[in-house]
Amino acid sequence: MSDAVLSVRNVSKAFGAVQALNNISFDVLPGQVVALAGDNGAGKSTIIKIISGVFRHDEGEVLFDGRPIRFSTPQEARESGIETIYQDLALADNLSIGENIFLGREPKRRLFGVLPVLDRARMAAAAQTTMASLDFHVTRLDAPVAAFSGGQRQAIAIGRALHWNARLVIMDEPTAALGVPEQRRVLALIQSLRAQGKGVVFISHNLRDIFEVADAIVVFRRGENAGARKPSETTHDEIVRLMVGA
Amino acid sequence: MAGTSPAMTTAAATSIFWGIMVETVRGPSLLLRIAELRAWLFLIVLVAFFEVWLRLAYGTSFVFSAYNIQAITVFAAVPLVLGLGQTFVIISSGIDLSLGFVMGLSSVIAAHMANWGAEIGMAMPIAALFGILSGVAIAVIPGLVNGWLIAFLDVPPFIGTLGMFGVSRGAAYLFAGGMTVAISNDWYSAIGNNRIAGAPVLVLLAAFACLVLHYVLSQTRFGQHTYAMGASKTAARRAGINVRALTLKIYTLSAVMGGFAGALYTGRFSAGAPQAGEALLLDSIAAVVIGGASLFGGSGTISGTIAGALVIAVIQYGLVLINVEPFWQFIAVGAVIIVSVLVDQTQRRLTGGRKVE
Repeated sequence: MSDAVLSVRNVSKAFGAVQALNNISFDVLPGQVVALAGDNGAGKSTIIKIISGVFRHDEGEVLFDGRPIRFSTPQEARESGIETIYQDLALADNLSIGENIFLGREPKRRLFGVLPVLDRARMAAAAQTTMASLDFHVTRLDAPVAAFSGGQRQAIAIGRALHWNARLVIMDEPTAALGVPEQRRVLALIQSLRAQGKGVVFISHNLRDIFEVADAIVVFRRGENAGARKPSETTHDEIVRLMVGA
Repeated sequence: MAGTSPAMTTAAATSIFWGIMVETVRGPSLLLRIAELRAWLFLIVLVAFFEVWLRLAYGTSFVFSAYNIQAITVFAAVPLVLGLGQTFVIISSGIDLSLGFVMGLSSVIAAHMANWGAEIGMAMPIAALFGILSGVAIAVIPGLVNGWLIAFLDVPPFIGTLGMFGVSRGAAYLFAGGMTVAISNDWYSAIGNNRIAGAPVLVLLAAFACLVLHYVLSQTRFGQHTYAMGASKTAARRAGINVRALTLKIYTLSAVMGGFAGALYTGRFSAGAPQAGEALLLDSIAAVVIGGASLFGGSGTISGTIAGALVIAVIQYGLVLINVEPFWQFIAVGAVIIVSVLVDQTQRRLTGGRKVE
């Protein structure tokens, strides 16, 4: 398992007297989609917040590309190649796709060789290329993101992760706020990330989604590993039993 | 999809999905463009209205008169300078109510310091410059306090800047001893009253401020992040933008523009006055809103604010020319503000933008 993008080993985390995570372990390989399943409060969100730099773990190790990580800010995690995509999105509605992809890292050029200005042409070109790699061919590159649908906006958030060459993409309930056709589109995007060799950690309450895209399912119960299964070797019923501990 | 190789599935599935999705982008592009320009269109309509009225009633021209143009632009210059800073604040989804009295405070300080500079033996032009710079510098204090209250103590902008409205007001009157502070510095007064090649210096300075702030808003990361923050603080934060530092900078910029407006006022009236900006605060907000910015944040341009300030000046000046009682100005400007917001809401609906509830 030394070629894993992400390797979580015996990680524990307590908030005061509450043991949120107890001895959690799992691996994510390049081109692998790992779904985290579990009831509310089972510790799914805590572990992804540790991976994405929001929290620090108390015990155990998190290895990213074989190196132990302990980020102090989400920004640090992002800079080392871990992008997190939130269910409530993280896009500025009034900016274009390119401006969103580059938000916080805008490229500059010099007007007449002196005056530094934002390089909007470069942002638009990068937006087009990146979105095309997701088979999303944008014609209106200057349109604000607000003009796009929920699923398209998820695609833009994923596009941002791709553009910055993330090797691990964490998705927290990426389909929760979407209608059924849009959910299908986002699942297709996850497959596209897998095809590009990214590691994907995917949290969902929807077992159908999990069975459709995941290569491995890690079940959490009350902060502990309740089991890991391959979708092809298990059933909905078994996963639910593991989640509730019956 | 299970069973086939991931790569194939992906390509097929996504192209089917996105193929149709490209066409679903709502809102014609043309409508957006017109919306951006609507303050300018409105200005043209307004000018045409006064032009026709004056020709029919008095046989004179409204717009083809150098005197009228000078008067209107001088009239618009100071509220416009206030409005420039306010534009950044409103785009960031805040509001700066302290601006009017920050301007008054700066006007008083600029007058005092120009006088004091001359007393200690500075040459007149140096003393004038010293006064102006002091006036601008003092504004940094209320600006930083506003920013600190809003960014670090989570005070709502409306309340924080209302507090500084009171503090600046009191400080301005205290420094002025409850009166106006006259200056006797021809160089300083020239800034408010002289012309260069027919153009009033005041207007040239305001135009220069417009150019600089247009550049800052549209071509720098600071400007870009101001827009992002106005749309969603969370999104800005998640993109790694230091929203607190940004807020501090925005309110400081706004106050500095208030300070500049105050220093200009002192030149124009050869006196510093605590109440210099009292009536101009609402004009500055009105200029930004008429210019197409949303009070909910995330939209607005310097060009729009320029048009907004000119609209207000044209209404006020035009109504005087056609002999309407001056009190109607307030009603007219008020009605224009309300109509602008209604048009903004409608346009948002039509272009599929975020409808703020």
